[in-house]
Amino acid sequence: MGEVTLRVWRGDASGGDFESYTLEQNEGEVVLDVIHRIQATAAPDLACRWNCKAGKCGSCSAEINGKPRLMCMTRMDTLPEGPVTVTPMKTFPIIRDLVTDVSFNFVQAAKVPALMPPPMPVGGYRMFQEDVERGQEFRKCIECFMCQDVCHVIRDHEDNKAHYAGPRFFIRYAELEMHPLDQNDRRDLIREDMGLGYCNITKCCTEVCPEHIKITDNAIIPLKERIVDAHYDPVAWLGRKIRRKTKTSAADAAIQPAP
Amino acid sequence: MSEAVHEHHEYDVLIIGAGGAGLRAAIEAKQRGLKVGIVTKSLLGKAHTVMAEGGMAASMGNVYPEDNWMVHFRDTMRGGKYLNNYRMAELHAKEAPDRVYELEQWGALFDRTKDGKILQRDFGGHRYARLAHVGDRTGLELIRTLQQKVVSMGTDVFMELKVVKLLHDGEGRIAGCVGYWRATGEFVTFQARTVILATGGAGKSWKFTSNSWEGTGDGHAMALWAGARLIDMEAVQFHPTGMVWPLSVRGLLVTEGVRGDGGVLRNSLGERFMFNYVADMFRAETADSEEEADKWYDDHSAGRRPPELLPRDEVARAINSEVKAGRGSPHGGVFLDIATRRTPEFIRRRLPSMYHQFMELAGVDITREAMEIGPTCHYIMGGVQVDADSQETVVPGLFAAGEVGGGMHGANRLGGNSLSDLIVFGRRAGIGAAEYIEAGQAATTFEQAEVDAAIDDALAPFTRSDGENPYSVHHDLQEMMQADVGIIRNAGELEEARVKLLELTERVKHISVKGGRAYNPGWNLATDLPAMITVSTCVTIGATLRKESRGGHTREDFPNPDPELAKINFAQSTDGGNWDSPVTVVESPILVMPAELKALLEEAK
Repeated sequence: MGEVTLRVWRGDASGGDFESYTLEQNEGEVVLDVIHRIQATAAPDLACRWNCKAGKCGSCSAEINGKPRLMCMTRMDTLPEGPVTVTPMKTFPIIRDLVTDVSFNFVQAAKVPALMPPPMPVGGYRMFQEDVERGQEFRKCIECFMCQDVCHVIRDHEDNKAHYAGPRFFIRYAELEMHPLDQNDRRDLIREDMGLGYCNITKCCTEVCPEHIKITDNAIIPLKERIVDAHYDPVAWLGRKIRRKTKTSAADAAIQPAP
Repeated sequence: MSEAVHEHHEYDVLIIGAGGAGLRAAIEAKQRGLKVGIVTKSLLGKAHTVMAEGGMAASMGNVYPEDNWMVHFRDTMRGGKYLNNYRMAELHAKEAPDRVYELEQWGALFDRTKDGKILQRDFGGHRYARLAHVGDRTGLELIRTLQQKVVSMGTDVFMELKVVKLLHDGEGRIAGCVGYWRATGEFVTFQARTVILATGGAGKSWKFTSNSWEGTGDGHAMALWAGARLIDMEAVQFHPTGMVWPLSVRGLLVTEGVRGDGGVLRNSLGERFMFNYVADMFRAETADSEEEADKWYDDHSAGRRPPELLPRDEVARAINSEVKAGRGSPHGGVFLDIATRRTPEFIRRRLPSMYHQFMELAGVDITREAMEIGPTCHYIMGGVQVDADSQETVVPGLFAAGEVGGGMHGANRLGGNSLSDLIVFGRRAGIGAAEYIEAGQAATTFEQAEVDAAIDDALAPFTRSDGENPYSVHHDLQEMMQADVGIIRNAGELEEARVKLLELTERVKHISVKGGRAYNPGWNLATDLPAMITVSTCVTIGATLRKESRGGHTREDFPNPDPELAKINFAQSTDGGNWDSPVTVVESPILVMPAELKALLEEAK
């Protein structure tokens, strides 16, 4: 087989530049394999984050030829001929080389009000497959944070991070809001503090999701509708003020009584 | 003179490792009002638990009401070839259902039965469909649920912080640990009244492994260095089904769920060869024809179990034999076929990750073609010897839970028993730590000399200018362990391994690293290697001493089990001097089972 050339961004918060590495090509390799071979030979201090190397943990996110990808799931032979450019995710501050400071996401995670279920009946909760499936789609998220990386609300506007949760957390909120057992109410929080309104549904997040979660269609749009309904519908508003009932329909609160 | 440490923290309970066991321990300790810190060498949510696929075993009886803890206990003991700590197997079988239900209160969304209960799936060695699951990504569901619970409780999590050494007080009690931030290379000390090790496994010492880079046996090694005992270290599980091609993904796990959901193993002649490998112990409950086996999937009373669902050690050895006999697949494995047995819709719904993994990494559509698979190093049954009820080690204040703990799985772990192990014994370690603190005998200071020595050791690679690259040492260790201490062992190769491990030990002492301390993977690997060499040495010693074949430990020169060796665990310890101090071994008698539990095993035979 021939050779491959990787142009890898190297540096830290103070700046950096591309460095090129040319290696023999191996059959079936992914970008992360080539990075590992560079570490084992020319550059043992080349920083990159990875864990499972199987597309399950979401650690090795980077921008490959300018697009957010998991390095462990991008086969070299699927990329166009010529040098392959690997850069760190742009939205997050650089730590070193390909490693970025993704703590923004952990700060957002800490703001999410937890699931509030009713007491568990003897023998466990009853939930039906069609009701859990909506949440299960969002729980496929491997927290690679590439949807956050590509979201222009924070990619191009650093100051928005203070009041914008981003697509990863919109699917988390959607999951909780659609959870058959949940009795918590997060709608004001999502509208006022999490910045859902900033999203103008360009679907960039959906396009990069390695788990193929339909972030925009299945989470963000329903969440927007739900919040708009709650906020502007006077009947719903009044009902909410009086009873703090959080789910708007029986289907919404699809917990079934045990037979 | 060592460099001064500028960052220091104090906790009641310090947990090292943020996989299922560590997070579950944190929840328990936190709920008891203790100050809890979690240290992980990766980001939160990336621990190896995330890679578990098939499910977690708990005898809830949602699919087969005749299931109960007694059957689960029996299956676990038989799977472990009776080398298990019976008390751990008993507690595990009894408590797993409650631990699974509890996860639903914290947000987990398992697949459901038609009447809305948690669905359970078939797996090797389990008599009934017993694994609660979410498709083939159950580990992700478990870790995310626990992670979200831990975060919602406001627990301190130190991410990308690598612990290098446990610390004692003047009386030998555990008093904390020292580690460094990967991002900066700066050292941190922790003073802790208790430390819970939840560091997972050690598979990264083998070449073909399903383990991530984290599986370097840090907890096993640090426990040994701190004075605890390691048992059953020879018991390493080679999972029967890892990917074999392309080479870059060799070892990557293919879930046992493929077989649980109807997939079968075939050799190059197209034969379902597992029918030729049914050990006497399992003959009475295993189908003897394809017709009988195929009826079983739909109704477990219509036929006996297919031999593809024997425990993992049996299946891995069978695959190894087929390949050796020249009936393997083009890339040195055998075929795992679900394409001819289930519809594409069924396969994509039940095994979505497997579908994508093969499609994207190997260009194989598993709904149309068979997968090529072969054994891969997956799990270490051996680990830190603990008290079954409290998970406390022989070192006061030190606890261990999950894969780093030893005893629960005996000589071979059943699939699905790991995730349940994490939550059952993670919780128990949290309680154990709380009760130890309550007893009022915990350490209050650590020995500064231990901190200084650990930092000097960790920084030594920077002081050498022309030493060896850590990656070369790691590469040679993996090649050697794969060749000499792999799935089939013999005295000659084990002896060779002992000699090579001494050479590798010397090489580790002469490693030099390039660059600075900030996020330097070469240096990070250099600080992982002492643990990897230590654990590899313990595995080799255990394998040398256990002159029989039992579970995950197979000796070519002693192909049968020896009833006398079923009565002991080999327990290893050191004098706690240096990381390469010699190991001493004692025969630790296996706990004697009470008559009523013994009866459960007898009556089921």
